[in-house]
Amino acid sequence: MNDYHRVMTRTRSDALWIAAFALLVAFAVPWFLWGDATVVAGLPLWLWWHVGWMALASVAFAAFARGGAWDRGVDAEVIRRG
Amino acid sequence: MADLGVSLGVVVGYLLVALVIGVLAYRLTDRTAEDYYLASRSVGTVVLLFTTFATLLSAFTFFGGPNLAFSAGPEWILVMGLMDGILFALLWYAIGYKQWLVGRAHGYVTLGEMLGDRFDSTALRGLVAGVSLLWLFPYVMLQQIGAGQALVGLTDGAVPYWAGAALITVFMIAYVGLSGLRGVAWTDTLQGVFMLGVIWLAVAWIASAAGGISALTAGMTDAAPEFASLGGGLYSPQWMIAQAVVIAFGVAAFPQVNQRFFMADRVETLKRSFALWPVLVLLLFVPAFLLGSWAVGLGVQVPDGSNVLPILLNEYTPAWFAALVIAGALAAMMSSSDSMLLSGSSYFTRDLYRPLVAPDASDEREGWIGRVGVAVFASSTFLASLLVGGGGGLDVLVTLGDTAFGGYAQLTIPLILALYWGGTTEWGMIGGVASAEAAYLAHVFLPLPATYLTWDFALWCMLLSLVATVAVSTVTASAPAENAEKFGVGAD
Repeated sequence: MNDYHRVMTRTRSDALWIAAFALLVAFAVPWFLWGDATVVAGLPLWLWWHVGWMALASVAFAAFARGGAWDRGVDAEVIRRG
Repeated sequence: MADLGVSLGVVVGYLLVALVIGVLAYRLTDRTAEDYYLASRSVGTVVLLFTTFATLLSAFTFFGGPNLAFSAGPEWILVMGLMDGILFALLWYAIGYKQWLVGRAHGYVTLGEMLGDRFDSTALRGLVAGVSLLWLFPYVMLQQIGAGQALVGLTDGAVPYWAGAALITVFMIAYVGLSGLRGVAWTDTLQGVFMLGVIWLAVAWIASAAGGISALTAGMTDAAPEFASLGGGLYSPQWMIAQAVVIAFGVAAFPQVNQRFFMADRVETLKRSFALWPVLVLLLFVPAFLLGSWAVGLGVQVPDGSNVLPILLNEYTPAWFAALVIAGALAAMMSSSDSMLLSGSSYFTRDLYRPLVAPDASDEREGWIGRVGVAVFASSTFLASLLVGGGGGLDVLVTLGDTAFGGYAQLTIPLILALYWGGTTEWGMIGGVASAEAAYLAHVFLPLPATYLTWDFALWCMLLSLVATVAVSTVTASAPAENAEKFGVGAD
């Protein structure tokens, strides 16, 4: 893979992470259930959404922390070089 | 209320454990300021996660939050999830990781020190410290008031307010003064685990007494049909979003939380904490706030000025267990206050005393001044807590304490700009922070609208901080000694 392709792959993965974070923020409150009072297994349905969403966020954050985008986002190399 | 001997035994036992931890930590502490304030940047995942978490909790988790869920419904759980589980986690990365890198490279201990060095500006350093202390002092005072009142309630008045608050204050000065951040972080970890344990025990106890979770929820929806449906009443989308955004951004600049960004031992600690954040939010806030909402269906009567959770526990659990949960609430308040004391003291000594009064002070002298600062800070907030409520001028402090999160949120956007945009200038920072804080204070104290176009004024002030920082930075030039490379961003 040449430099051009490496940069393009990085840019694409960075853009995907930004989109994923935006999605996590936007649906932390399940707006599409607004006014819904369905109770499932003893708890409101929207509360189950919250449980699932927090678990999903945790998995997504762990995946982000493992990948290379973690250091690129904050220019870590530049700071280390001083 | 609970048997007096049992209640006092639980509280005194708890305080003694905290003190023992403080003494153990003291034996590991060397005498430099960096060790005193940051435990020499050596904090691992479990301790960092719990010390940040316990620091965030305050009395709200056990008292204010369940009260809100009792009166308005359990949707606050979603606000907490968005606020602390998602938004704060992202700020933990965007601000926290970058601050950690920069702090490690240049040895920063406080936010004001970091920004002051980057922009070569003692004025900015002093402004950030001054603004932070303005909001911190009354907030610590409110925690002391809460702790004093919790003790009054727990002992049915046998311990008067002044004695309870004085006891807590002396204990905090003792272990914070002795051991610094290491002792605070260790006690926070104990407190966090303790709170998490008692809240789930409380859920198990009440669910088994009331016939299970389904019965509790059914009782809640019978008594308050609107509680199960998402939204309604207090909960509008604008209100929920504004609360989550303002508090999440406020938390990131709260001195005791922001300073924790400098403490991690290595990058893996920050990565693990980042990923575990939503899980911890789930584990603590769902049970605490559900208990508040379920209490509606159990027919619990809450007199004015009382808290729902202690009343619920007294009716459904044994006296010793209710005392244990109150001790948990006390732990929450102390774990917030001790960290705030330490951070407040560091902001004062490093960003005001050292640059403005004694530039040549040695590291050991600064560590010593920091300890004196903790004692003076705690004693002053305690004295203020005795004097407020009498209708005197000090009632201003209560208003300031209640609006502190919004006050800190005005620092966060200029901070993000400084960290990521090389074009930010000293005057841009000063203009952004000063104008947003002035506008926010005006809305807190003057009869101005609470919302514009249905959105909370604190959000508009944050927008002002963004616009003012960018606008002033664009029209002013960087001073020769400003150094954007320190933050890894080249000047434009």
